[in-house]
Amino acid sequence: MAAMLQSVGVASISFPLSEHSTKLPAFAVCSLPVIRSERSSISDSIHGTRRIGKIITKAVTAQAENSASAASKPGHELLLFEALREGLEEEMDRDPRVCVMGEDVGHYGGSYKVTKGLAKKFGDLRVLDTPIAENSFTGMAIGAAMTGLRPVVEGMNMGFLLLAFNQISDNCGMLHYTSGGQFTIPTVIRGPGGVGRQLGAEHSHRLESYFQSIPGIQMVACSTPYNAKGLMKAAIRSENPVVLFEHVLLYNLKERIPDEEYLLSLEEAEMVRPGEHVTILTYSRMRYHVMQAAKTLVNKGYDPEVIDIRSLKPFDLYTIGNSVKKTHRVLIVEECMRTGGIGASLTAAINENFHDYLDAPIVCLSSQDVPTPYAGTLEEWTVVQPAQIVAAVEQLCQ
Amino acid sequence: MAQLTHRSANLLKPISAAVFATRGLTTASTTPITVETSLPFTGHKIDPPSRSVETTPQELLSFYRDMALMRRMEIAADSLYKAKLIRGFCHLYDGQEAVAVGMEAAITKKDCIITAYRDHCIYLGRGGTLLETFSELMGRKDGCSKGKGGSMHFYKKDSGFYGGHGIVGAQIPLGCGLAFAQKYNKEEHVTFAMYGDGAANQGQLFEALNMAALWDLPAILVCENNHYGMGTAEWRAAKSPAYYKRGDYVPGLKVDGMDAFAVKQACKFAKEHALKNGPIILEMDTYRYHGHSMSDPGSTYRTRDEITGVRQERDPIERIRKLILAHDLATEKELKDTEKEVRKEVDEAIAKAKESPLADPSELFTNVYVKGFGVESFGADRKEVRAVLP
Repeated sequence: MAAMLQSVGVASISFPLSEHSTKLPAFAVCSLPVIRSERSSISDSIHGTRRIGKIITKAVTAQAENSASAASKPGHELLLFEALREGLEEEMDRDPRVCVMGEDVGHYGGSYKVTKGLAKKFGDLRVLDTPIAENSFTGMAIGAAMTGLRPVVEGMNMGFLLLAFNQISDNCGMLHYTSGGQFTIPTVIRGPGGVGRQLGAEHSHRLESYFQSIPGIQMVACSTPYNAKGLMKAAIRSENPVVLFEHVLLYNLKERIPDEEYLLSLEEAEMVRPGEHVTILTYSRMRYHVMQAAKTLVNKGYDPEVIDIRSLKPFDLYTIGNSVKKTHRVLIVEECMRTGGIGASLTAAINENFHDYLDAPIVCLSSQDVPTPYAGTLEEWTVVQPAQIVAAVEQLCQ
Repeated sequence: MAQLTHRSANLLKPISAAVFATRGLTTASTTPITVETSLPFTGHKIDPPSRSVETTPQELLSFYRDMALMRRMEIAADSLYKAKLIRGFCHLYDGQEAVAVGMEAAITKKDCIITAYRDHCIYLGRGGTLLETFSELMGRKDGCSKGKGGSMHFYKKDSGFYGGHGIVGAQIPLGCGLAFAQKYNKEEHVTFAMYGDGAANQGQLFEALNMAALWDLPAILVCENNHYGMGTAEWRAAKSPAYYKRGDYVPGLKVDGMDAFAVKQACKFAKEHALKNGPIILEMDTYRYHGHSMSDPGSTYRTRDEITGVRQERDPIERIRKLILAHDLATEKELKDTEKEVRKEVDEAIAKAKESPLADPSELFTNVYVKGFGVESFGADRKEVRAVLP
């Protein structure tokens, strides 16, 4: 395992893209670059150790070697929904089989403007305005994927995809298996979810927990414009069905992203802030609550390590494990429901695999098991607030 | 014609080629014969096609053989299920063979077919072999889905057969998706999305139909109306059992599903229509002799008299047999020999399938994810390698 963690200088790339890790670190610079290689050559079999292959396809927030050159990379500033659109547009330009289906994605431009302007550019068939029939248009997307098209299905709100649950679970997730490998379903199912600003119970779903047991799908959650674009592109290129969870409140985040093309790995977590005292695992909007709490914690003398897990299925237990081995304390902060949520699965996975390294029980802060109320104050107390995170860390580090 | 020869060649063994060759050559197998369908077609918002169907002796004989093979296969599957070699659910198609055979005669392998769980014979019609069928039913490695799908999950990608689906009605939106892809890729092919009278009450059917009609997708929805949704008769489940009319703005055609030539004519007609005008619904009036599945005796909700009545009056194989004898294309003995041959073929396939190995335990983790773009499936923990993906 120790052999895995090596710094690789320049990778020889046989992949059309160049690897980029030029994101300006927002927080402390990591002294140890964590580089992972994803592609290994096909002929080698793996016997319990991971080989370092040639291609580096992921980018991590902090790169020591690039910190000098990072400031000089111009990039361009944009909002998260624009980043998603850029990723989608680039993929649609690159591959004529990529198409978008969803309610109001075409002429209206998407209810969160993610597909704005695409219908004019690519035509009505490639950016398809569907009637309000989630079950069947998701089914249609899967049928089209069986023939080789690469549809991107947009749920106007993730919660509406509950109507398509049978199609997503049985056909999307399982067809590759039940057909003995004959069909691949390269769909991307995306949409905004999460608790917004007083949207009410039925429009504040966190479906990560509902979808996580479906075999055959991958789930990722984006949280910054940088990872939104990278994950969108990687999801479209993946041969597996991917569910991309966006968050209603994060669409207007602004960030500077590279001009060059880049993809992120779908199975990797992001090291947001390296630290020594406690590992805080989070994803999507809670990342920002955690970082806010981190400021308070740093002032109080704690040094939290914050990891945005990004990949909700499968978990990146490699990055997480290394962090646990370093800090020996874990706090999970999520927006999912307490019962059967991502945090619950993650707690089980960490306990199973890294029990010996833990000095304290894993603390999991999640949303309350209630339908999200309309009233503002009540809604605030449904999700985890920074004050609670600070209290939990203090408790954990005693 | 070449397509028919190829298809028959798939199912024919060398010894039987001699039987057909003698007849075929002497009677000029491609001379057209005109056959009248048993009943006229009924149209909904469309002019039905004519009752006269062009066919050839070769086609008649191949229909007979194909249907006899399908019938034999289903009956053999019945015995295998009772011997506990096939487990779980097994939905048999005997009685409905004319739909599968007639449809194949009207289309090419580039047209797509998608159906529900009563898929064994359609798989065979699309070019599947008996060995793959029986192996899959018995959960062996040589099955069409490597033993991982079972009776309800037969697929054959290279000949446009998209399955094989267990959830009632879920295949209809998939079928419209196939038609969407055909339109997207500007192919001149159609998709036949098949479902039963039970599924005809599913909401997703009407959602998918709306979208297909909206975008003029080349989708043909085929309702195989065998009059019973498991144990519920159609008049107890549907306010309007005229399934061909339920498309409302989408034209429909009611076809006698026990007459292979009526099916052939209707499918040909539907294909032409769909390529020009968008979706059309075909209702095949057919019947299944077995119960809904092997767990259903099939006699608690219908009388034995009804079943034997249909078998005597409307059996699809009998109809073809009478046509062959009437046109003097083969003798009784030759037809009996064909049936014996078919029986032998099926028995041999079963024997071979029984020898096929069971799926390997390592296959448990293969094909969950597709290896591509660097995905290696280890399960949640990357330390432990569960399976090396192919």
